[in-house]
Amino acid sequence: MDAFGGPIWSMAASPSGSQLLVGCEDGSVKLFQITPDKIQFERNFDRQKSRILSLSWRPSGTHIAAGSIDYISVFDVKSGSAIHKMLVDRQYMGVSKRKCIIWGVAFLSDGTVISVDSAGKVQFWDSATGTLVKNHLIANADVQSIAVSDQEDSFVVGTAEGTVFHFQLVSVTSNSSEKQWVRTKPFQHHTHDVRAVAHSPTALISGGTDTHLVIRPLMEKVEVKNYDAALRKITFPHRRLISCSKKKQLLLFQFAHHLELWQLGSTVATGKNGDTLPLSKDADHLLHLKTKGPENIICSCISPCGSWIAYSTASRFFLYRLSYERDNISLQRVSKMPAFLRSALQILFSEDSAKLFVASNQGSLHIIRLLEGSFKHLHTFQPQSGTVESMCLLAVSPDGNWLAASGTSAGVHVYNVKNLKLHCTVPAYNFPVTALAIAPSTNNLVIAHSDQQVFEYSIPDKQYTEWSRTIQKQGFHHLWLQRDTPITHISFHLKRPMHILLHDAYMFCIIDKSLPLPNDKTLLYNPLPPKNESDVIRRRTAHAFKISKIYKPLLFMDLLDERTLVAVERPLDDIIAQLPPPIKKKKFGT
Amino acid sequence: MAALEEGFTLSAVCLGAGPDGLLGVEQSDKTDQFLVTDSGRTVILYKVSDQKPLGSWSVKQGQIITCPAVCNFQTGEYVVVHDSKVLRIWNNEDVNLDKVFKATLSAEVYRIHSIQGTEPLVLFKEGAVRGLEALLAEPQQKIETVISDEEVIKWTKVFMVFRHPVLIFITEKCGNYFAYVQMFNSNILSKYTLLLGQEEKSIIQSFTASVDRKFISLMSLTSDGCIYETLIPIRPNDPEKNQRVVRSLLLKAVVSGNARNGVTLTVLDQDHVAVLGPPLPASKECLAIWNTKFQTLQASKELPQGTSGQLWYYGENLFMLHGKFLTIIPYKCEVSSLAGALGKLKHSQDLGTHAMPHFVNWETSQGCGLGFQDSEPSKRILRRRKIEVSVEPEHPASKQLLSTVKKDSEKHIEVEVRKFLAVKRTPDFQIVTGDIVTGLVGRCRAEPSFYPRSALMQLIQTHVLSYSLCPALMEVALEKTDVQMLQLCLQQFPDVPESVICTCLKIFLSIGDDSLQETDINMESVSNYSDTVQDEKMEEQTEIVQNGFSPEEDNRGQGESQAAAEEAASCPVIPKRAALLNAILHSAYSETFLLPHLKDIPAQHITLFLQYLYFLYLKCSENATMTLPGIHPPTLNQIMDWICLLLDANFTVVVMIPEAKRLLLSLYKFVKSQICICSELNKIEVSFRELQKLNQEKNNRELYSIEVLELF
Repeated sequence: MDAFGGPIWSMAASPSGSQLLVGCEDGSVKLFQITPDKIQFERNFDRQKSRILSLSWRPSGTHIAAGSIDYISVFDVKSGSAIHKMLVDRQYMGVSKRKCIIWGVAFLSDGTVISVDSAGKVQFWDSATGTLVKNHLIANADVQSIAVSDQEDSFVVGTAEGTVFHFQLVSVTSNSSEKQWVRTKPFQHHTHDVRAVAHSPTALISGGTDTHLVIRPLMEKVEVKNYDAALRKITFPHRRLISCSKKKQLLLFQFAHHLELWQLGSTVATGKNGDTLPLSKDADHLLHLKTKGPENIICSCISPCGSWIAYSTASRFFLYRLSYERDNISLQRVSKMPAFLRSALQILFSEDSAKLFVASNQGSLHIIRLLEGSFKHLHTFQPQSGTVESMCLLAVSPDGNWLAASGTSAGVHVYNVKNLKLHCTVPAYNFPVTALAIAPSTNNLVIAHSDQQVFEYSIPDKQYTEWSRTIQKQGFHHLWLQRDTPITHISFHLKRPMHILLHDAYMFCIIDKSLPLPNDKTLLYNPLPPKNESDVIRRRTAHAFKISKIYKPLLFMDLLDERTLVAVERPLDDIIAQLPPPIKKKKFGT
Repeated sequence: MAALEEGFTLSAVCLGAGPDGLLGVEQSDKTDQFLVTDSGRTVILYKVSDQKPLGSWSVKQGQIITCPAVCNFQTGEYVVVHDSKVLRIWNNEDVNLDKVFKATLSAEVYRIHSIQGTEPLVLFKEGAVRGLEALLAEPQQKIETVISDEEVIKWTKVFMVFRHPVLIFITEKCGNYFAYVQMFNSNILSKYTLLLGQEEKSIIQSFTASVDRKFISLMSLTSDGCIYETLIPIRPNDPEKNQRVVRSLLLKAVVSGNARNGVTLTVLDQDHVAVLGPPLPASKECLAIWNTKFQTLQASKELPQGTSGQLWYYGENLFMLHGKFLTIIPYKCEVSSLAGALGKLKHSQDLGTHAMPHFVNWETSQGCGLGFQDSEPSKRILRRRKIEVSVEPEHPASKQLLSTVKKDSEKHIEVEVRKFLAVKRTPDFQIVTGDIVTGLVGRCRAEPSFYPRSALMQLIQTHVLSYSLCPALMEVALEKTDVQMLQLCLQQFPDVPESVICTCLKIFLSIGDDSLQETDINMESVSNYSDTVQDEKMEEQTEIVQNGFSPEEDNRGQGESQAAAEEAASCPVIPKRAALLNAILHSAYSETFLLPHLKDIPAQHITLFLQYLYFLYLKCSENATMTLPGIHPPTLNQIMDWICLLLDANFTVVVMIPEAKRLLLSLYKFVKSQICICSELNKIEVSFRELQKLNQEKNNRELYSIEVLELF
């Protein structure tokens, strides 16, 4: 649906959720009606001179504020006319800058409009009179984002210097009713621009160019001093960006606009623990597949046999056939994709590479049979009636009989691929699923949730396994539950059915179900016990969770074969080196 | 010494000053910027360093400014009163005074005072005072009348005392003067009648005042050309009663009384006043700086174009109207001393006496400040002394001891001192101890045979004495060449002057070995070097080779250095002298003050001392930690500093002495070898860094690597 105003720079849903405002490049503010089935254009507001970069509704829904270049407009929603135009001072540190861009506005219910702009100012305006009430110069660079708490007693702004400032409405003097906005806390957790901020009831959340998402709890809102009170920094998306072809020893890396296919190297040497072996064959960059168009890649997958690659952008689905002829590799796109395969949230190949499972963003699951150079649509599991939730995680059993799919909140559905029926649904759990996998032979579904709980569910028996019940009864180790990052991948060892290999960004863990579970008194991260210790001690200290932190930050880890693990590290320094330089700050002595 | 610098006029623009001169010059909230109000309609803001105006504001034709503009330091705004009752407040951005904030008051304003740290205070002609904030809240509030009908305010000033403003104003009624002191923290207004004394006929021409902790010192310049001082207590004893204060003559006939344009004075600091006026009836007007303590003229400057008889002083600048132009004369004053005032007579005891206040609290000590008292029998001093004496608690034990010190025998004194030290220490223990020592030393001076050595030693060991408290003690010890006492003093006193250190050093170096043997010297800083020397001699040699270099690389010097090394290996001084010298090494000093005194030491003593230091240095470098054995030995830094100092001070002399030649050569060799070590170490560091790099590379994973990992 086109808004017919050029690029859309800003959007804001009305407090009731029934209307949507968009701010366009040509200076128009357009109001759309949202109904359950469609979005309908309602009307234009008075056209402004330049692009509308920020929009905010007054919580009562009667007025809106629109931030443009050099000024803020206040509109009356009923009439659609601009009632005030509040000019922003272009002065920047005494020098007149060319333009002052209003990066963000926030309309409070008492009629105050807060604006943040490219001159480093946070300004308070009275929307009734259109006058500037207060001005805080907080940065030498742009202030790019603002978020107000629901109680409207505090808000947070993020600057291009990587600083996040917290403003609070506090009493001028104790026990006086007169209140004033005061800049209370600066936080510097980012190295680059803070592009977006959010204000939860208990925390400030900020994110920006440096790829970190920082959750800073508000200590005064935290009642119990527990792990929730700690600062959290999240670097990687909680999704799998790498897929692996075990048979061909290939890794497919998903980037924003391209895919890279690498052949793993090999060695003939052997060594003891800790050795780095000489390579007989180095890793080889086989393929660099660029997307067409500006859209980002949403998901990608390589088939276990290594001869299919599928990926999807927001609007198109691509399937490629790879053929290997000695050292040459040829790539052939499978054309004429069916219309329903427009875009996918998750793609998965079956273990024998004969089937392709696609979770579309409409909530349906497509099963496609792959033939040499062509395909055939087998079946589509439609979403449960009444739910619009799309599936974002898929897992298929190695024997190809079962397919598990999970959305963001509802339970995990298990489908029988043979007779194309829904087999069962794992009871819904409060926290979203972060990783899914079905164990070979036993067909136990292992589910990791974002609260670090791990469940094991037997698909044939349609119930949780004994081990899962035991661990739920006893509870996980407190250190396990306090980890920062979620489990992003689960895999199994073919020959050792009692082992589950899972990893997050900072560790990988092999859970040995045969060993006793650790309780809170035992050491969770026990390194390899020394060899010279007696067997008794080793046995006594051993527990089910074998954790190694040798590789971090860990992006991906999988078992290639019985004796080989592949781990992908993504050093943060490399990411930061590729980022655009931050605002130059003069440091003392330089 | 006070000095007037070359003045400059603020602007070429002629001020609209009438015959009465300017209304006032006031400080602005920025340093270097001043508000000048002329007696007509204009206020100008000047930046003094740029010598140019930053802004100018005028009231409308027909209005007249009646009170100099001031700056409200709390808001940065300017405040002025025109037509006696109309208050205007504006800031730098405002252009037209007609359009700025205006408040019409119900009474006539005499002055607005504004000083740092408080809001502006408005003084009304009837004597009432209001804070500006309170006044602006209700401009038409009723202003009470404080002074009687015929009284006229002549002069006013405000001070900050203990962070509270105190306002003083002087009124006149039929030739009688009254001072009112308004305190704002307690809101007390006290009235004083100024008694003029014998010179009833004279008219007071000008007032100025300064403040210290208890008194406002009000100075007045009368028509007979004399300056009088009146002390007005800040905290009145009885605020209800009308109190009288007398004035005392401070300076006599500094200006000619009947000057055409009037005379004026301004207090600059506690000892200096600036007087503007013709010194003689016929002469031209002159700006003069007078020192009131010594009653001397410090500087003067003739102002041939005449002045308006007004003078303002802010920061370091004196403002006056010279001819038609506002002139600024910068004024500098260093701390005045008797020596400075009397023509730089250098006195050997200056150093000690000046340092004394750091250690003695004058407010509680009784027998001090005598010189000051004698030179100036002012009422203030007498009055204060009386109070303090009565406040001073009786301390019979110490008094008795003091009298004992004055007449009893050494034996008896020793017993008494021991008794005194045995009892619990009182707060004034330090002062009493100082008094006792001073008494003892004074008696030593008077009676050559009297020298209560053990009593003094005991007193020194109390750790409360310092050189400044009893400078004569070390002098006496020096006279008697009591090295033990000197060592103790050097160890205990934190503030021995460099000249005394040097004199001690001279004695320590020159005293005969046989006389040293008889004395009982604290030897804890000296361990028995000689034994270790013999044992470790060979080791030392091999050690040097092991370090990767050989000091004997230079073959020409081999024989000599070998000899020097042998010589240095045995201590050049006897242990007792070493202990004394160590005391010198431990004492604190400042290079600049020590160097000139070091030049006075005879060359052979310098050589001896250098030999000793070199020996210590060799001892130091024997072990890895570079320290000497024993309790509280001299540190390597102290040794090195003293070697450098001695060589700096006496190099030209030492280099000429044949005995010192070998020592210097070995020192030179030693330094050279040290440099050699350093360069070798640098080389080693580079190699180590390479090793470290290699080590790091091992840990640094490649883009792709295969590792062996034993998991479980």
